[in-house]
Amino acid sequence: MNLKSALLGAVCAFAMAPAAFAERGTDGEVKLTFPQAVSIMNPYLSSGTKDIFAASMVVEPLAGYDDTGALIAKLVSEIPSVENGGISEDLTSITWKLLPGLLWGDGSPVTAADVVFTGQYCMDPAGGCAQLSKFEGIKSIEAVDDATVKITFNAPKPNPFTAFVGSTSPVLQKAQFAACMGAAAPTCTDPNSMPLGTGPFKVTGFTVNDTVSMEANANYRDATKPAFASAVIKGGGDAEGSARAVMSTGEFDYAWNTQIAPDSQAAMAAEGKGVFVVAFGTLVERLEMNMTDPSADLPEGERATVKHPHPFLTDINVRKALSMAIDRQTLTEVGYGAGGAPTCNIVPAPALYASDNTGCLTQDIEGAKALLEAAGWVDTNGDGIREKDGKNLSILYQSTVNPIRQDFQALIKDWWAEIGVETELKAIDPSVFFGGDAGSPDTFQKFYADVEMYANNFDGTDPEAYLTQYKCDKAPSPENQWQGENMNRFCDPAYDAMIAELSGTRDEAKRAELAKKLNDMVTKDSSIVVPLVHRGTLSAHSNALGGVKINAWDSELWNVADWFRVK
Amino acid sequence: MLTFTLRRLLLALPTLLFISLIIFLLVDLAPGSPMSEIPLTVPPEVRQKMIEALGADQPVFVRYILWLRQFFWVEPATLIDGWFGLNLAGNEQRILSWQSRSPVFTVIGQRIPQTLTVIGTAYLLGIAIAIPIGIYSAYRQYSFFDQLGTLVAMIGFSVPTFFSGTLFIIIFAVWLHWFPTKYDTTLLVTDWPSFVLQLKQMAMPVMVLALANAAAISRYMRSSMLENMGQDYVRTARAKGMTERVVVLKHVLRNSLIPVVTVIALGIPSIFGGAIITENLFGVNGIGAALIGAIHANDLPMVQTLAFIFAVLIVVFNLIADVLYGLLDPRIRYE
Repeated sequence: MNLKSALLGAVCAFAMAPAAFAERGTDGEVKLTFPQAVSIMNPYLSSGTKDIFAASMVVEPLAGYDDTGALIAKLVSEIPSVENGGISEDLTSITWKLLPGLLWGDGSPVTAADVVFTGQYCMDPAGGCAQLSKFEGIKSIEAVDDATVKITFNAPKPNPFTAFVGSTSPVLQKAQFAACMGAAAPTCTDPNSMPLGTGPFKVTGFTVNDTVSMEANANYRDATKPAFASAVIKGGGDAEGSARAVMSTGEFDYAWNTQIAPDSQAAMAAEGKGVFVVAFGTLVERLEMNMTDPSADLPEGERATVKHPHPFLTDINVRKALSMAIDRQTLTEVGYGAGGAPTCNIVPAPALYASDNTGCLTQDIEGAKALLEAAGWVDTNGDGIREKDGKNLSILYQSTVNPIRQDFQALIKDWWAEIGVETELKAIDPSVFFGGDAGSPDTFQKFYADVEMYANNFDGTDPEAYLTQYKCDKAPSPENQWQGENMNRFCDPAYDAMIAELSGTRDEAKRAELAKKLNDMVTKDSSIVVPLVHRGTLSAHSNALGGVKINAWDSELWNVADWFRVK
Repeated sequence: MLTFTLRRLLLALPTLLFISLIIFLLVDLAPGSPMSEIPLTVPPEVRQKMIEALGADQPVFVRYILWLRQFFWVEPATLIDGWFGLNLAGNEQRILSWQSRSPVFTVIGQRIPQTLTVIGTAYLLGIAIAIPIGIYSAYRQYSFFDQLGTLVAMIGFSVPTFFSGTLFIIIFAVWLHWFPTKYDTTLLVTDWPSFVLQLKQMAMPVMVLALANAAAISRYMRSSMLENMGQDYVRTARAKGMTERVVVLKHVLRNSLIPVVTVIALGIPSIFGGAIITENLFGVNGIGAALIGAIHANDLPMVQTLAFIFAVLIVVFNLIADVLYGLLDPRIRYE
């Protein structure tokens, strides 16, 4: 070894020094605040993001996603694949190998039996498990040995990374939850609020809908982490208050979900005490066009069903013109500021699956007018509204009660008025709109309006299930008690065929190509869905907190073990 | 006096039962579903399973009877079990919150102390400020002090707490850095520094509420004093050669306090309910904040129980105010 390499080695050693000196529990307390308080720490009994994020500091899945959306091993030695033999050739089973020497927060060993138990716990029909869809299509979960779990599916599963992947599906300790199966699940108050986990922190105190107190888990698998000795999550108040507590007063280190008005964002960021970070996932605010006639003159049971096509929205030129008239850049600036970006896609991310569809980003009022004109929609009686064959272009446009959505409605109404379309606005209480009550006329599934606006996204990084929602048979109707996700009642055999092709395709590049085509079919090519804004989750952290890597694909707190105090 | 009290008590029972029915139906018939908050990525079959697991798919009257039984039998029995180590309640199902899946009364029990310390302090402080202001304003009617008192009272009356609260946060927390904006419920008062911290975090919510309370009570006090000042017995007292101090503080004040005491007693339930916004704004985890959270999440058992507790409090304090009135003013006793 010559002098040069010795010196280089020394330099490297210095570079590594801060990491080597890092020690568990040296950085005091990290304080987080959520505008919605944490209700329960068991993700299987809640689908509230606040609960899942808080729980992710304590209980962990076998694998999760990093900030780029790539799978990372958490409790296992490697991510199973067909190449390494972890996934069977016929795609009907996946085998996970647990890390050796893994311990629960109480010091007892983590075994395959815990994983098997967790599966049984969620799949118990009486339990009301909120993450049941993660376990769909599973035939059996068995412990091959103490450190090996094999999950077998009913049919070949191109994406087997559902159960025990991501913060919504963590592993629970069998010993703690054994008495909480099925109908007893909700009554196990103590385990539900203080679950034992393998994560970097351990719950020490839990006040329902207020505070979660945690301390560093002495048995965490990385002896140097977490840097913080304790953590606290205070909930309640509103987004404005949470943002203020981090960005203005510096009382807290991290605030999740600080979606506030763009001008307040700018004012707080200017104070220089912290920064806003945005996690861009797959959430898209969009307009959905109704392909069926929602007219109140139709008898109940036929209204907004495929029996009666929509009088004018079935004309592609009308839909296209409506989309062209919208200025998405302005909507983004008015509604979301840094927390949003204009988009033309319903699958806006991950990059692999996002179509390069940007045609809608420039507003084109004149083009929209010309299009309507050419299609025969003209204003003959001079009332400012275009008509054709005695049908007026007059639209009932519904959404939920939400200040940003009402701003959007007002702006879009103006743009549509410019191109000769009359719009009536309607705002519905979100708990009714999304409540899915088949008896209410105001749910988004019934869609008793011409256009409706809401936001939707998909879980994880694979859009297959999400794109499947626009298949013909997913249309809500009286026959299926108005269940289903194809609000538009869109139906195209070519689309359905391509979905079938997608679910039989394993090659990732080919899947991405198909997904992009499907995305374009419902957006660019047909304007059935008119995407408006790609919405991110705005969070804030103080400049004194280091190591934050915002993640849209898993819990935002996915790498809380690596967080440290900036000194 | 005893029969009067008993009669009022007996009348309160059917009233409460009737209120409970109204509350139950009102909350239940309101549109919305406990599942509306969950993301759209959760499939409808899973939603349905979750609703069944909550028991939310049962008919409304079944849930009402069950809830009555839980409220009037299971919960008190559990409380008594907790005190004396008995097992009256056995394994009976308690009222569970849909949101947190923990017993509603445990949550309320955790939250009552915060409400009492913060909101109770504000009420006491409000009374302590309002009574002297009311007395002096009436004694020196139309003086500069009276005008100032009227102005402050009008501001207290008309400025809503969500506005004054936000204003206080911006002045005292963001600009001056005196007080924290979020109430730390895990703080234990063990020594002097932690007591100071407790005072600091209570300061803003207490100020906001005390201002609002003091405004109302000081106006009542003033008008009641004014009414009595012109009475014949006051002239008589003065004619007897008593000092102004004795006339005002002994004769007039005693008689003027009667209606004010009633107003104060009747205002006590509002301690619990009226502070909802303030609790939410400052992150005080009292029962008002619990009610807001439960309404947001469509957590019906929690909303129904809290609303009914508010109803009980209002009826009880009405009763107390009636009895107090009888005690203070012998003319009103219905013997």
